[in-house]
Amino acid sequence: MRPAIGFAAIALLEAAGCRVEVPLAQTCCGQPALNAGDHAGASRLAQRNIAMLEPFDVVVVPSGSCAATIRVHYPELFHDDPPWRARAEALGARTHELLSYLADVRGWRPERLALAATATYHDSCSGLRELGIQAQPRRLLAEVEGLSLLPLGDAESCCGFGGTFCVKYPAISNAIVAEKARNVAATGAQLLLGGDLGCLMNMAGKLHRNGAKVRAFHAAEILAGMGDGPAIGEQS
Amino acid sequence: MSAAQSHASPAAARRSFDARVASALADPLLKTAIDRTTNNARTKRAAAIAAWPEFPAARELGRDIKDHVIAHLDHYLVQFEHNAQASGAQVHWARTGQEACDIVIAICRKAGARSVTRAKSMLGEEIGIPHALAAAGIERVETDLAEHIIQLAGDPPSHIVWPALHKTREQVKELFLQRHQDPGPLDSIEAMVASARRELRARFMAADVGISGANFLIADTGAVCTVTNEGNAELTTTPPRVHIVTAGIEKLVPSTVHAMALLRLLVRSATGAELTQYTTFHCGPKRPGDLDGPEEFHIVLVDAGRTRMLADGLAEMLRCIRCGACMNHCVVFRQIGGHAYGATYPGPMGAVLTPALAGLPQSRDLPRACTLNGQCKEVCPVAIPLPTLLRGWRDRIWRDGLEPPAVRWGFGVWRFLVLRPALYRLATGVAVRVMPIFARGGWIASMPLAGGWTRHRDLPRPASQTFMQQYRRRPRP
Repeated sequence: MRPAIGFAAIALLEAAGCRVEVPLAQTCCGQPALNAGDHAGASRLAQRNIAMLEPFDVVVVPSGSCAATIRVHYPELFHDDPPWRARAEALGARTHELLSYLADVRGWRPERLALAATATYHDSCSGLRELGIQAQPRRLLAEVEGLSLLPLGDAESCCGFGGTFCVKYPAISNAIVAEKARNVAATGAQLLLGGDLGCLMNMAGKLHRNGAKVRAFHAAEILAGMGDGPAIGEQS
Repeated sequence: MSAAQSHASPAAARRSFDARVASALADPLLKTAIDRTTNNARTKRAAAIAAWPEFPAARELGRDIKDHVIAHLDHYLVQFEHNAQASGAQVHWARTGQEACDIVIAICRKAGARSVTRAKSMLGEEIGIPHALAAAGIERVETDLAEHIIQLAGDPPSHIVWPALHKTREQVKELFLQRHQDPGPLDSIEAMVASARRELRARFMAADVGISGANFLIADTGAVCTVTNEGNAELTTTPPRVHIVTAGIEKLVPSTVHAMALLRLLVRSATGAELTQYTTFHCGPKRPGDLDGPEEFHIVLVDAGRTRMLADGLAEMLRCIRCGACMNHCVVFRQIGGHAYGATYPGPMGAVLTPALAGLPQSRDLPRACTLNGQCKEVCPVAIPLPTLLRGWRDRIWRDGLEPPAVRWGFGVWRFLVLRPALYRLATGVAVRVMPIFARGGWIASMPLAGGWTRHRDLPRPASQTFMQQYRRRPRP
């Protein structure tokens, strides 16, 4: 949907001293199947991904919920299969969400980066509660000169995306994201930032439907100096 | 859950869930009522927890106490029965809700009861005591203020701590003006409470039997602990000749000390207060020389599916102390309210309990209508892994073929593609070429197969090439 996030992630990891490879054979982490209860489908995909990613020192994912799927849920999938469980745990321990990897593991900071704007930040739930990502993106964004972060009301509440939840129960999802969009608009911020594209598309899509002028970016795009490019839903 | 619902097909249950959700979302007053109470509860709980640095340790202790009792139910149940009998109580055992109701009605009949007062008990709602009393022709007087409100309105409870959460104070004022004998002007909340008090006072004294629930059953003393803020439980259990307690077997704790540890968690999590106004330990009937108290004290211990939950991998759910924090913090509950769940227990704890109590085919939507955001688990005072338990139900839904056919078909196509990377790249490449046909500018307002999304929000137009296409053609150094 938004290749810019992938290229921003590569640029940031290279700036932090990593050699980046993107395995061509990757498709999806399997989170939709996992959340739907399709244990067999999720396990097959997990086995494929584990075998594919095992040769790498570190796996970095520009999404909290995809990273949490590998880190937290892959080992659970193989609770009664010790060999695969061991492989899942080993990979999980080397798998990180992008922003927390940059801040916590690499100790990377943006340098000479400026963007004159006001922004508010949405903590996506998987990253927040399954991986403890809250301070890291704010610490990195605080280094961007001219960017001020405004607090979001009811920040810890889910945006109503929930993967396939948003299309299985569209009326409930809509009520939740409508409330989130009101809270985002109430900050008066020009930008809405976050670390998960699904949640960002949900909130940006609602804000656009409502006629709000808030522009949404993945935080990695801002940190990679792409904040003057097109936001989600804008054409280049 | 009514008999009609419990025999409905999954598809019919889905239609009735969708209809309840639609009517809840169409009611702006309901949202006002939900927000007033849950926002207040969330703010006060957060302040209470912030002022209690030992909360994480207290939570682990609470979890361990409940897990210990649940692992040794056989021991503590017998110990409780022995000590309760020693205090003069009569202990009854009920395998099902129906058996429990039959026991309650038999006690009422034997006492020649015409009027029964009731202190709020979710177990009583779960097993259907209101219906059983009505069927037996016995007058039921609800004495909890919120239960009084919903009895007048003819509504079921919509929250386990605030049963009348779905009503605004303005709606309650109208109700009291219509239904109270002597309401007066009702120009303040105090005046409304005073009117309910006048209405209920004589009924307390006239009742033949008082029925209450239990927050804790204390094994080493045989006492029953209840917490309330209105004192209505004390007036329900003391003046009548007969007091009946109905309690789920998971309410056991080893001793009063353990009850205290859980009380600290319960009250802060429910209302943000440190203690309720009344914390009462009911121990046996009136003794010789006592000035008041019931002549007979009955305790009905109810299983109603709890031992089956233990066997079905839901032991962690039996930790629940019914504080309501999970629903106060649930984004779904806060939009649709309690009635949309169509069962006694709403919110995340209800979405785990209802399939166990009422059957999965009829309640399939409850574990599915959840974003798995995890806030319920974070605030639970006994650390119940609610999202994990909801995922467990989803696994069962998938295995039992209860997922709707269209969803299964969609997942089949998706699975075929994600396991074949070359085909996946081809399909996503085609998708990003087709989707812009429906775009106007950078956004898609409507597109075939995307109605669930675009009915309520716009879909950003994807980039003209996928990440993989661009990555493979990137300039290399």
